[in-house]
Amino acid sequence: MPAFGSFALLVALALSAYNLLAGGVALRQLATGSRGAIAPDRLAETARRAGIASFFAVSCAAFALVWAAFTNDFRLVYILDHSNRALPWEYKFAALWSGQEGSLLLWAWLLAGYGLVLRLRHKVDVKLTAYASTILAGIQVFFLLLVNVAATPFSLVQGAVPPDGNGLNPLLQYPEMVIHPPMLYLGYVGFSVPFAFALGALMMRYPGEKWIHITRRWTMVTWLFLTVGIFLGMHWAYNVLGWGGYWGWDPVENASLMPWLTGTAFLHSVMMQEKRGMMKSWNVWLIFSTFLLSILGTLLTRSGLVSSVHAFAQSSIGTWFWVFLVIVLAVCVFTYILNRDHLKTEHKLESLVSRESSFAFNNLVLLLACFTILWGTLFPILSEFVQGNKVTVSAPFYNRVAVPVGVFLLFLTGIGPLLAWRSTSMRSVRKNFVFPSIAALVVAIAVIPLGVHPWTIFTTDHEGGFYAWVTFALAAFVLTAIFAEFFRGARVIQKHTRQSLLGSVVQLTRRNTRRYGGYIVHLGVVLIFIGFSGQAFNRSVEETMSYKQTMNIGPYQIECMDYSQDTNLNYDSTYAILNVFRDGHQVTQLDPAIRFFQASQQPSTIVANHSTLLWDLYVVYAGTDPQTGQPVIKAFLNPLVAWIWIGLLVTIFGTGVALLPNLSAALAAQRSRVPAQREPVAAGRAGD
Amino acid sequence: MSRVSRFALLPLLAVLCALTLGTADTQARFNDLGHKLMCMCGCNQILLECDHIGCPDAGREMQELRAAIGQGQSDTAIMEAFQAEYGPTVLAAPWLSRFNIVAWVVPPALLLLGLFGTFFLVRKWRLRAASMPEIPDDPASRDLRERIRRETQL
Repeated sequence: MPAFGSFALLVALALSAYNLLAGGVALRQLATGSRGAIAPDRLAETARRAGIASFFAVSCAAFALVWAAFTNDFRLVYILDHSNRALPWEYKFAALWSGQEGSLLLWAWLLAGYGLVLRLRHKVDVKLTAYASTILAGIQVFFLLLVNVAATPFSLVQGAVPPDGNGLNPLLQYPEMVIHPPMLYLGYVGFSVPFAFALGALMMRYPGEKWIHITRRWTMVTWLFLTVGIFLGMHWAYNVLGWGGYWGWDPVENASLMPWLTGTAFLHSVMMQEKRGMMKSWNVWLIFSTFLLSILGTLLTRSGLVSSVHAFAQSSIGTWFWVFLVIVLAVCVFTYILNRDHLKTEHKLESLVSRESSFAFNNLVLLLACFTILWGTLFPILSEFVQGNKVTVSAPFYNRVAVPVGVFLLFLTGIGPLLAWRSTSMRSVRKNFVFPSIAALVVAIAVIPLGVHPWTIFTTDHEGGFYAWVTFALAAFVLTAIFAEFFRGARVIQKHTRQSLLGSVVQLTRRNTRRYGGYIVHLGVVLIFIGFSGQAFNRSVEETMSYKQTMNIGPYQIECMDYSQDTNLNYDSTYAILNVFRDGHQVTQLDPAIRFFQASQQPSTIVANHSTLLWDLYVVYAGTDPQTGQPVIKAFLNPLVAWIWIGLLVTIFGTGVALLPNLSAALAAQRSRVPAQREPVAAGRAGD
Repeated sequence: MSRVSRFALLPLLAVLCALTLGTADTQARFNDLGHKLMCMCGCNQILLECDHIGCPDAGREMQELRAAIGQGQSDTAIMEAFQAEYGPTVLAAPWLSRFNIVAWVVPPALLLLGLFGTFFLVRKWRLRAASMPEIPDDPASRDLRERIRRETQL
């Protein structure tokens, strides 16, 4: 199987190289009108087929590696280092992406998969797809070179083959780790497709905005994968690492957030190009930046340039990524300089109080957030270069610098949909802003007696309380604005069709899925922000606990019932049995544990969590006190965390709605017996 | 209880309050400073968030922090002492000195620059734009606009 895998990777490299070269030659001939021995159309077709075939070759290599994991083939260094006989089958499957070489193979495989779909759908626009396919082949060649030369997953053990492997990193032996990395990679790799289309469209001076229509769904699906990947990572960190939080501003986390921010900016600003022919250069550079940031993030975290808790991903392939990054940047700059006259804007902003203007500010803030995170991630390197010593840039820096930017973004999320394209009259501003403003004011006052005090910004070193107060008020503003949009539109439909309000909301959404799906995504984002703001009120207690001892945190009393042990082939576990009481009544039993993995000889904590909509009671078995030998239990009371995961579900639903095709106006009119021209248009007016 | 004995209890109450406040203050300072320091075992985590079972450094650092707070040292003195002992990487965020100030100043400066830049750019474009004729707001025009919008909708 190792020989089969290696051979499959070589074949995939040859096919991708052919796709790149033949595709490049064919496109050059088509552009200049010259002819070679083979007609350019036929040459381009052979390149496309080679690209399709490369997917099957990479699939064979991926299959060979997974097969090796399942059959405990410890002749392979990669399997020896990342698996063992007692490892459950789902984690053996996850071994494909649990190390450097495997994750690069996964990257190449997903890229080939995206390429397969793109090449099979080439009839959407044959020439543009040929350009995109050739550019994707270029990226594919880079990753296949890596797995063939620099980080091959099929290298063999020298000397005698050990009877068992070293096992998978204990931190990765958690259900979410089976789906978190593929989701994240689907996001990273997926941005290659809109990048390839954008670069291709610029190279061929593609007329009109059709390339944006073609790539819109690609971009949204990719964005959704990246979003889900990031949140699954947060959920894993929360439930496995045992420090009571979900986001530690680690460079690897930052690396995933940066392309997400520019991708989000692109999804918004691209509407300006579609509707008004504006921001063409900006959009092209946004999608270029998104792809470049995906590569830069990978470079930062795998080259060891910056320290990270994700140390298992580091190696010496940084030089390869540097070279690739420089080549991609050079190609982007060169293509842009040659064709920038093609990207002249058709309109300019006419008013500060307009939808366009809100998009401009939204983009500015998203990019600033991205820059702040990049700045914080790179500052240790800059500091070492200038001062001669590294500094740490961790949570206190980002909480102080990035949180205000996030709150400002929430504010823009609220006001953007209330503004009309081109210009919004003051009458319209007054009409649309009055209810959201009242809601914000009411909530701002109502939360003060509940302990959310804005004056903490003046009295303590922690601004968390102040930002939570602002977030709650802004959340009320945005939620009211969103519900008002749905209500206004649904009422008009209801008036004419006599449907229920809910039925009218459904029909309204189906008539313009992109616009109302977008609002649902905004709703999800607001819920996520509400969940984040709870962090300002986290509490924790750490105590040694023996039999029948109790610990109090918030309204809960935790009583230690017992400590027990368990063992299986993979790990030994010690766990505490804790009864949780509230107002004298038992609400649940929690079993936080420590697992000691046999193969890797490493311990890992398993958190026990009692989650409600109001707060999470999060309990960690933190080991034993070195002086007394007593078990140490650490309990956290984390308010509103559940809303983060609910917000994610709403965001997924909203993106799904936005991906649906619109119910045609004619069909809607037929169904509802309403003339098409009576479709309601609320504040935003322009159907996005 | 007589008035005299009630007055006699007042100083005791005051001392108790001061002691309790002191305890709360000490714990709050420990939490605050513990989140501004890093664990130096190489795990790259905030000191009070280090989740390594049997971590060789976190316990010692926490003891040093408790001792320093107990001795009544100021926050600055404690941070400087940690920096002197472990190097600048022990601080979870760059200390406001020399080149490190740049880390804190650049993001807000860029935000302000970007906001003012966008504001003035939009203003400039708006002033340049030719005055547009007033769009009539009669029902026929409204219907026409709606139809155009629907037919050109993406």
